[in-house]
Amino acid sequence: MAETQVVDHQKQQQQPHHHHAHHFISAEAEFEASKQGMWVFLVTEVLMFGGLFTAYAVFRGLYPDMFYEAHKFLNVKLGCLNTVILITSSLTMVLAVSASQRGEKNKTAWFLACTLMLAAGFLIVKYIEYSAKFHHGLLPAGFFHNETIKHVKAPLFFSLYFIMTGLHGLHVLIGMGLILWIFTRALKGQFSSGYYTPVELVGFYWHFVDLVWIYLFPLLYLVG
Amino acid sequence: MSDTQTMHYLNQTTGIWSWLKTLDHKRIGLMYLFTVLIFFLVGGVFALLIRWNLFYPNHGFVEANTYNKFFTYHGAIMVFLVIIPAIPATLGNFMLPLLVGAKDVAFPRLNLFSYYLFVLGALIALASLFFGGADTGWTFYTPYSIRASSSMIFVVLGAFVAGFSSILTALNFIITIHKLRAPGLTLGRLPLFCWAVYATSIIQILATPVLAITLLLLVFEQVFKIGIFDPKLGGDAVLFQHFFWFYSHPAVYIMILPAMGVISEVVPVFSRKPIFGYKAIAMSSFGIALVAFIVWGHHLFVSGQSELANFIFSLLTMSVAVPTGVKVFSWLATMYKGSIHFNAPFLYVLGFLELFSIGGLTGVFLATLALDVHLTDTYFVVAHFHFVMVGGAIMGFFSGLHYWYPKICGKMYSEKSALIAFVLIIIGFNVTFFPQFILGAQGMPRRYWTYLPEFTLLNQISTVGSWMLGIGFVYVVYYLLRDLKKGEKATANPWRALTLEWQTTSPPPTENFVKTPVVTEWPYEYRE
Repeated sequence: MAETQVVDHQKQQQQPHHHHAHHFISAEAEFEASKQGMWVFLVTEVLMFGGLFTAYAVFRGLYPDMFYEAHKFLNVKLGCLNTVILITSSLTMVLAVSASQRGEKNKTAWFLACTLMLAAGFLIVKYIEYSAKFHHGLLPAGFFHNETIKHVKAPLFFSLYFIMTGLHGLHVLIGMGLILWIFTRALKGQFSSGYYTPVELVGFYWHFVDLVWIYLFPLLYLVG
Repeated sequence: MSDTQTMHYLNQTTGIWSWLKTLDHKRIGLMYLFTVLIFFLVGGVFALLIRWNLFYPNHGFVEANTYNKFFTYHGAIMVFLVIIPAIPATLGNFMLPLLVGAKDVAFPRLNLFSYYLFVLGALIALASLFFGGADTGWTFYTPYSIRASSSMIFVVLGAFVAGFSSILTALNFIITIHKLRAPGLTLGRLPLFCWAVYATSIIQILATPVLAITLLLLVFEQVFKIGIFDPKLGGDAVLFQHFFWFYSHPAVYIMILPAMGVISEVVPVFSRKPIFGYKAIAMSSFGIALVAFIVWGHHLFVSGQSELANFIFSLLTMSVAVPTGVKVFSWLATMYKGSIHFNAPFLYVLGFLELFSIGGLTGVFLATLALDVHLTDTYFVVAHFHFVMVGGAIMGFFSGLHYWYPKICGKMYSEKSALIAFVLIIIGFNVTFFPQFILGAQGMPRRYWTYLPEFTLLNQISTVGSWMLGIGFVYVVYYLLRDLKKGEKATANPWRALTLEWQTTSPPPTENFVKTPVVTEWPYEYRE
């Protein structure tokens, strides 16, 4: 229902300065196609992370006791903090999208800035965590050097930890770039209730990045 | 505007930048076509080098290590840079919007971006040649690939980048088919080529990201020593094979489904009969796409997979024959009592049917567990996948290339030259690859730079065949380029086909159609 209302809303307030591309019959058609394209892209992202989750499942199935032992070396408090940070950033993102749909330019830019700050906060916490792991030699298998963990397969856990959170971190970084891009566009007043496709699509992407973390957090930090 | 008659997508704008910065799907399709043909030539040269090295037993003209690089580059180039993009990125890009009556693909800028990604990936992969060259084979099996020369990283990264190009093209096609169909073009009237490209795109969307992560992990194995696929660091080498084939088996359907789509367009046009089993052909593409994802284990029959898994994968693999059979018999039924015109596109259909049937049926041999233990990693497998890949995908590609040549260039190719080339190719192909079935059954292993003297005759026959095949392919490219100038002018619809691309001029205007077409019936209503 909400979606059709939005589309109707768009129809009424065609912005004079946004012209849809020549091969679409209307701005709505272009908006719908872009949205569908983003969904399909997110499917590919799910499959890509899916490969890593499969690797995780295989090794956890083989060495459940190792996962239990190794996960204790992760900092649950910081992981928890990061979960809260990301969920909050999803909220500010939703608020930014909704503000842009209503054509409230200042609010849009403000909420996007909040989202950007939260994303940066996430990466700072991640940096603190990574530094601690480096310090204790809890590194990918070939570089692993930590005497306190007894299980011989434990280095694999940290390989998975770094790849999974690393690829996720890279997505956060790309997301920050995208948010920065729409933030500057929002400041220039390029979005309106008739045209806010980029904000909506970056929003999709950002929620996906959040969702991946929602799975990563319990799988890595809360093994039990 | 006095010469609007002759204005079309090729001459509306001119200059190198008008091509390099174009957003027109037709020009991007052509740029893909030229790029793919160049890599086809490069991959083909490696193939000729392989065959030439195997002309005499006991010694080759190159060292074993160099030979390993030959087959690695032949395989990697042909798979990632030729056969996978051959039909979707070239003919698909050019024809899909025309076939659905659209002005362009849904995201033209993304389309151009995927082209440059493809070129970038290719360049990265080929850069490896300057760092010693990769020798892992195109499958990059661990643990060898982890310890192999680091030039392997370039090939892997190249395939990774080219993979994204493949994903984005597929995304573009899916949205184009969903959102940009002309008025009246319901899904039930969608040309079968579009159905095939759609099913292919779904495989690309679902499988290629898994390849991407696999290749990324492989690079990390070398750079960060993550050990996931490395038994020495506690990982699992067979897991790599599972990951790799989870993409690379569906990939063979990325190669074959668009070819089947071309065949489905060409058969009714040149039989002058409505296509038999429209729905069955359209849906069997999805049947194949579905089965594609649940048969990868047949590449691991001798890799220490469990007996039960082997049994299940064997059974599932054989089931691929069902949707494939649906297509083949539907085409035959379409031809039955038709008024058949033996133009080049149709000749390649016949070539497809011959080669693909042999390739497909020997696939059932290989799916048979007991037999596969004997045939694994022999020339039987090499012959099998060349019959399917070249015999299926390349025959379909050439069929489509000839079929749509008049539309693309506005000129007719020479049927006489086409016939000569076809005869060379079909004979050359069979002479090259049929002996390899016998060699494989007799136990000649693949990927060895040398062989025992008793295999000499068949190897020499195969090598001679490769020369014929090479000449045939080069000749096709030669006369297609020659006829750009010398060919007769093509009319809008020289084949009297009913699909939308033939309802506009040859070559089409930049916007494809002067007036958006309105579709009132399905495109196969031939009566003669």
